[in-house]
Amino acid sequence: MWNLFLYILTFLLLILSYLKDKQKTQKALLKAWKSFENILPEFLGVLMLVGILLAVLNPQIISKIIGKESGILGVILAAIVGSITLIPGFVAFPTAAMLLKSGAGYTQIAAFVSTLMMVGVVTMPVEIKYFGKKITILRNLLAFIFSFIVAFIIGKVVSGI
Amino acid sequence: MKNLIKRYKFFIVTVIIMSIIFLIDFNVGKKALSIVGYSFKEMLLVIPPIFVLLGLLDVWVPRETMIKYMGEGSGIKGVALAIILGSAAAGPLYGAFPIAAVFMKKGVKFSNILIFIGAWSTTKIPMFLFELSSLGTKFAITRLLIDIPGIIIIAYILLRFVTKEEINELYKNAENL
Repeated sequence: MWNLFLYILTFLLLILSYLKDKQKTQKALLKAWKSFENILPEFLGVLMLVGILLAVLNPQIISKIIGKESGILGVILAAIVGSITLIPGFVAFPTAAMLLKSGAGYTQIAAFVSTLMMVGVVTMPVEIKYFGKKITILRNLLAFIFSFIVAFIIGKVVSGI
Repeated sequence: MKNLIKRYKFFIVTVIIMSIIFLIDFNVGKKALSIVGYSFKEMLLVIPPIFVLLGLLDVWVPRETMIKYMGEGSGIKGVALAIILGSAAAGPLYGAFPIAAVFMKKGVKFSNILIFIGAWSTTKIPMFLFELSSLGTKFAITRLLIDIPGIIIIAYILLRFVTKEEINELYKNAENL
């Protein structure tokens, strides 16, 4: 749905651009290709790494690690699992809902969801290319710590403080 | 050729790891490969329009316009715009980095770029609606309310750790990406 919209928008703008200025459009497409080709090696490596990690860490293993009784250790483990996996949101949220039903705690799930979205260990090579090592590591570290704050507040709010 | 190997060395290492997994457990290897195929398709679907849009943005939108709205001195307007642009996005976080590079080229303030990345990572609207339906209102809204100040605070903390020279270096690097 969203993808379709993105494609239609891109296509329309491209036609508009072409009608207005052929040369500029060519330049834009060339730039698009160059920046894509530039980042392609990192992209391919990241995709491979994601495949390997997800094949090894399946939902059964994850739910065993972050059960309701797992306490602070479970929260830490949930945050670590969220940091290293890279699951698209439309898979992650139903998975998280399923894990909740099968006995995972809200605090643990919140830590998992938050780090899943904000911390990307496997995408670091791509991030480093644009932001450098220092900012990439710091950003991920801060997001990791911040996820614990998010987790504890959500845990309190959902359980009615 | 040597250059090509150097650029792809990370990818080559993952191919080797994948081959080892296949030798240890064929089924796990097959599963890993099918996930790679799936993510690759996802990437092929999302990435091309993003890069084409970026190319168009680069060619058509003047630097002055971007500076006016999101550059130094854009104030709260720039912050709000960074959050809105990041939140309206779809797709995985790695899609945000090339956009950040074009923002750098166009003179967008560094703190606004960091806020944009933060928003893209965690307050995406399409994802929020999805989170709402799968994990419940309390969960999703609490997370959103903590995340908005959170990403701004993280951006400003990050800013404290880098020098002006380091930022200039990144902006210069973005010209070549």
